[in-house]
Amino acid sequence: MPNSPSDPPRRITVQRRGPLLVEGPVEVELEDGSTVSSDRFRVALCTCRRSRRYPWCDTSHRDRA
Amino acid sequence: MQGTWAARPGALHAALRPVVPPPPGRVARFTLAGGPLHSGYPAPMPHTSHEPRLPTARGPVSAAVAQYLRGAGPLPRPEEIADGSVYGDDLQLALYLCYELHYRGFADVPADLEWDPDLLRTRAALEHRFLSALRADTPVHDSVEDALAEILVEPVDGTGVSHHLRDKGELWQLREYAAQRSLYHLKEADPHAWVLPRLWGRAKAGMAAVEFDEYGGGRPDRVHARLFADLMTDLGLDTTYGHYLDAASAEVLATVNLMSLFGLHRSLRGALVGHFAAVEITSSPGSRRLAEAMRRTGAGSAAEFFYDEHVEADAVHEQVVRHDVIGGLLEEEPQLAPDVAFGIDATGLVEDRFAARLLADWNAGRSSLRTPLPSEISGIS
Repeated sequence: MPNSPSDPPRRITVQRRGPLLVEGPVEVELEDGSTVSSDRFRVALCTCRRSRRYPWCDTSHRDRA
Repeated sequence: MQGTWAARPGALHAALRPVVPPPPGRVARFTLAGGPLHSGYPAPMPHTSHEPRLPTARGPVSAAVAQYLRGAGPLPRPEEIADGSVYGDDLQLALYLCYELHYRGFADVPADLEWDPDLLRTRAALEHRFLSALRADTPVHDSVEDALAEILVEPVDGTGVSHHLRDKGELWQLREYAAQRSLYHLKEADPHAWVLPRLWGRAKAGMAAVEFDEYGGGRPDRVHARLFADLMTDLGLDTTYGHYLDAASAEVLATVNLMSLFGLHRSLRGALVGHFAAVEITSSPGSRRLAEAMRRTGAGSAAEFFYDEHVEADAVHEQVVRHDVIGGLLEEEPQLAPDVAFGIDATGLVEDRFAARLLADWNAGRSSLRTPLPSEISGIS
């Protein structure tokens, strides 16, 4: 359903390193067509593709030493 | 948030610090027959108490504080506080008793003693010793960025408690870990709630949002303290608040006293925020290792869920705390940057001491608790 013009835009915070931060709740459609959802106040979406809990960030993007 | 701490470069330094054996416990020497020494507080009405019982004393200072709380003896003398080992059992328990009055209190201890001026004076003397030691012993980074950068790197070959438990932890060690941590997790997020009135704007909004998540987002069955109680049930532990206080080591008492110290003092709001960031940042990867430990040992679904939940939740909390809470606070009050760095690094100090104690005991094949857990577990699947 299209957004109503009165809906405020949903803010997404991007960073060069680290997850996308999205105001929750969110529903994510994955490549295989399945959907997963999170009702947190903010959701961290993995962008490095290393997360073992993809599409959610699990901090796997961190440097290792 | 939950407290796990990956071993850091400073861990070895902490591990080499000797653990001072507790002085022998003894009861207060001055028991007066004339009723409570702290006058003016009515005796509690008889009722079925849900507060924990006062624990067994671990030396002269904790004995005197406990006796004072019972109305049966004077507070410890300043020399006794000055002479005690600052990270040792006696002083850490005495401070813990003082702080616990601000949370749930104790059975048969008048609630108004929370604001007893004489007791607060004793608490201040204990806090002075603890905070002075933390300031002297904590290598503090020059900047908040440097302090954060160190804990944002994951060690490839970590040697912390969560690494040990993931790779070779035995069920009895997982149970001991949960019993020790229950001192915090059964009041998870409570020490940090005190900072809310001391923040404003972006920092307050971010902190409140994370705390709301810790408190289950409005759903009592998802309050993190409740999730931890469910984990304890899986592990055959007693979920009663305060049950494992007698068993807990001085090192874990220090980790909880640190939070209470930072939380209760507005002057330490920067340190509280730094502490909170340190716990949230280290929690996610540590929780993944602990979830793996729970799965490997078949501890149970609630035990796994507690840590799985923290992997995801704290990956978000870390971002909010770094960007909004620390960022917002330092935008308003840039002069607090050294306190934020101190809070991050002091958390590392007390967590490294706790980890060193656990691993030293376990590697020697002995219990890390003052009173070992009953070995019988029912309900482990």
